[in-house]
Amino acid sequence: MARRVGICAVAQTTWERDKWSQRFQGMALEVLEDLLARTGLTFSEDGGIGMSISVSDDIFDARTISDNAMTDVLGAHMGCEEKVAQEGLQALYYGLAAIRSGHVDVVLVLGHCKESQPASRNQVTHMAFDPFYTRPVGLDFTAAAGLQAQAYAARAGVGDRHLAQVVVRARQLATRNLKITGLPVVTAAEVLASPLLADPLRELHAYPVSDGAVGLILAAEERAREITDRPVWIAGVGNCMDSFFLGDRDLASNFPLRQAAARAYRRAGIDHPQNAFDVVELSDQYAYQQPMWMEGLGLVPAGGGGAWIDAGGPEAARVNLSGGMLAGNPLILGGLVRAAEAALQLRGEAGDHQVPGARRALAHGVMGPAGQFHTVAVLERD
Amino acid sequence: MKKNRNVGIVGVGQSVYSSHREEVNQPEMIHEAVVEALEMAGITMAEVDCVVHGNMELFEMVHQPDLWHTLGTGAWGKESLRVTTGGTTGATLAAAADHLVASGLHDVVLAIGFEKLQEGHTTGGITNMADPLWGRQLQTGALTGMTAAQMIEEFGAERAKAAAMAYRILMDANAMKNPKAHRRLGLRPDQAEELAANSPALVGELRMIHMCSQSDGACAMIFASEEKARQLCAQPAWIEDHVTAHREEMFCLFGNAPVLTTHRHCARKLFARNGIRDPRREIDLFEMYDPSAWWGLDWLREFLLLEGDEHLRMVESGAIAMDGDFPVNPSGGVIASNPIGATAMVRVAEAALQIMGRAGGHQLPRPVRRALASGFGGTMWTVLFLLASDTERQAAA
Amino acid sequence: MELTPDLRDCFTVPGKLALPYTYFAGRIGSRFLLALQEEHRILGVRCAGCATVLVPPRATCDRCQADLADTWVEVGPAGRVENFTVVRYADRHVPEPVPLVLALIRLDGADTPLVHRLGGMDPEAVRVGLRVTAVFAAEPRDTLLCIDHFRPLAPQPSAAGPRPQGG
Ligand SMILES: [Zn+2]
Repeated sequence: MARRVGICAVAQTTWERDKWSQRFQGMALEVLEDLLARTGLTFSEDGGIGMSISVSDDIFDARTISDNAMTDVLGAHMGCEEKVAQEGLQALYYGLAAIRSGHVDVVLVLGHCKESQPASRNQVTHMAFDPFYTRPVGLDFTAAAGLQAQAYAARAGVGDRHLAQVVVRARQLATRNLKITGLPVVTAAEVLASPLLADPLRELHAYPVSDGAVGLILAAEERAREITDRPVWIAGVGNCMDSFFLGDRDLASNFPLRQAAARAYRRAGIDHPQNAFDVVELSDQYAYQQPMWMEGLGLVPAGGGGAWIDAGGPEAARVNLSGGMLAGNPLILGGLVRAAEAALQLRGEAGDHQVPGARRALAHGVMGPAGQFHTVAVLERD
Repeated sequence: MKKNRNVGIVGVGQSVYSSHREEVNQPEMIHEAVVEALEMAGITMAEVDCVVHGNMELFEMVHQPDLWHTLGTGAWGKESLRVTTGGTTGATLAAAADHLVASGLHDVVLAIGFEKLQEGHTTGGITNMADPLWGRQLQTGALTGMTAAQMIEEFGAERAKAAAMAYRILMDANAMKNPKAHRRLGLRPDQAEELAANSPALVGELRMIHMCSQSDGACAMIFASEEKARQLCAQPAWIEDHVTAHREEMFCLFGNAPVLTTHRHCARKLFARNGIRDPRREIDLFEMYDPSAWWGLDWLREFLLLEGDEHLRMVESGAIAMDGDFPVNPSGGVIASNPIGATAMVRVAEAALQIMGRAGGHQLPRPVRRALASGFGGTMWTVLFLLASDTERQAAA
Repeated sequence: MELTPDLRDCFTVPGKLALPYTYFAGRIGSRFLLALQEEHRILGVRCAGCATVLVPPRATCDRCQADLADTWVEVGPAGRVENFTVVRYADRHVPEPVPLVLALIRLDGADTPLVHRLGGMDPEAVRVGLRVTAVFAAEPRDTLLCIDHFRPLAPQPSAAGPRPQGG
């Protein structure tokens, strides 16, 4: 039986529309200094941080080998640094593997992204499509989400009014999250009147463009208990890849998320996920995804998304009390911030949105057009 | 540190490496390597739990290309991880696959490194590596003539240039035995002077003939838990250990001050951790990431912790040849084939093939019990792997 | 870090990633594109293992790993709108004009729908189930835009379609 791995500390910058005066190295340094102050760790293979896992993207950063710009911030002078070039929750998966393998005891995970830097986020995600069949027609992740929302809404009885409710709640919750700045609250009427982006998606249904950085310290059980008195255990992680072409998939089926969740639950020993979690942090890049991913996670009956919102489900299930991605995190960091927020809840450090006595949480990340790839992590405290 | 469980390499697949792969798109080229690796391991995708993928986005300008490449990787319905670190990417992928299996999360992991440099603009892509404020206007691609100049200063022009060319010609002799190799020129030792005089100079004494190729290609490897590896393979290549070291992008600020290279740092650590006192005696083979003949020559000294001119003598005496005391790059190395995101993986894969006895025409004439493989990238980053056979492991135990 | 940093004398530097790329379609993709270009025929591939006709064609079935070379099936040119969205934002990568209707169109004889743009009708009148057919580009192009767009088979309220695009 491999050893347990715990999250020992969490730090993040504020998430803002445009941190134009800061380079990404500066954002990351802010997080690193916070983590070192919280844990008293240094970079050292003798009891300190023995490996750094960064999360960034060459196209968002406009740099080949984007982690090349980060060596000093990541403490990788003559040390081990590796970049997860996927959605950030995958860095937790990789850190878990590296520690469980016995190779390293303490790992720094540190992700950064400035979505404000490219001319448009859609221009970046357009480049994920193949050059022959899907780029020429103009696809990007927003258009793909429009197609998925269309397919899902009909099947789950989720209408414009439900989506407005999801956005209003997210914006309201964001006011209690000190890391979200400059995001106004909105009314349902404002959401319903918001211009359409890709039907049925409206501008206010989409996650805001934001800049920021987030980090975690992971450690093997013995070290974790020395570093903190409130370690958060990674009980299980799972992920799954779906087909690339949108037409090859049933866009409303949640196939990859159901697989990812089943794997995470199996590793965490959870047989009945419905009542297993005190807190759920999921990556709702677009409003429709909040009910849809809940169905995929098996926490809401399939096809029951609309009824779930009507019944006050998001509040009852304590979904995205941080505001979620709808309050603003970059595409490639969404899931990693969800894990950070879930860990804060389990450590009792979630401030104004703390759930008293939270013991077990779920964090979810997603990447690719219309949710081609999902990651699910189950976190627990003693 | 004790490894949670042992991991063996049980399959290797390589596409043909070439500057011209117009007949395949990216997922198709990857699929060639995947099919070959599965065949060697005697399994189908159904038995693979997780697919690990890596390359550099700007070389082909595809965002998160593992998504599209699912058409060729076999990742549909599987778990997956995408890791990249520059030229070291391929070795980093092997390290990631090792962790995923050793951790107990997966029994069988397929790792894929690839690059299709012909589709993009490599030097432009590498130039974008430099800091946009401080370095980008100065950067000229991965080319550097500094090592040649330093070696000429240390050993004299005649000896240094002859050794670099001898290294180059030996590598080509090896590549001639490897049907997958991209550049197989058929160079003869008696051509050394003519090549040195006529090959176009790039920077100082770094000439075109010394440089690595620019290739399209994919490499795939299959990693399995000890239990699974023993079922699948008569002689898996066991992963003993690996060490990664990076350093900062601005590393020449202090002029000529002597600095420890990441290569020497990794070698010291790897050898110390694994009780290796005399690497040339205790290791049977080295697959080195040698981006040019000058670097290959110079780096022998770093990786083998040598002093003085010992590394030159290894080349001059033919000790690094396939039938020598310490064979280096029987595959022909990076000078022969360089699909960047795969290149460092090919080093680990070729070292594994030698241990498995599956290297074909460039199989060493005597058994390989212990092999070293290195990756290089970024701004002098190193990944160093140590692989072993059953014989070696039994002797150690 | 202070919550309100002093931003005097902070400056930004504009940059641009502009590198040339040449993508290879592969043998199967090339055959598909040539058939579109030269014969105005749409080809899919049939996976015997999955009993499925796949469009766009590909060399390998990602579900069962079957080799799909030489399993050509002609599909379309007519088909059914299975799903659609209306892209209402303009951007460099979005073909003009917007609003742009992107539809998942299942071509007759195919099992997997293809994403393409729909023209020749009012975007507000598009419905799932609509029968459409391919309109081929007059000039040769080297991508899926050999089919310029799909249009309704039956006459529709408004006939303002996409302008032809440069290849
Ligand atoms: Zn099939």
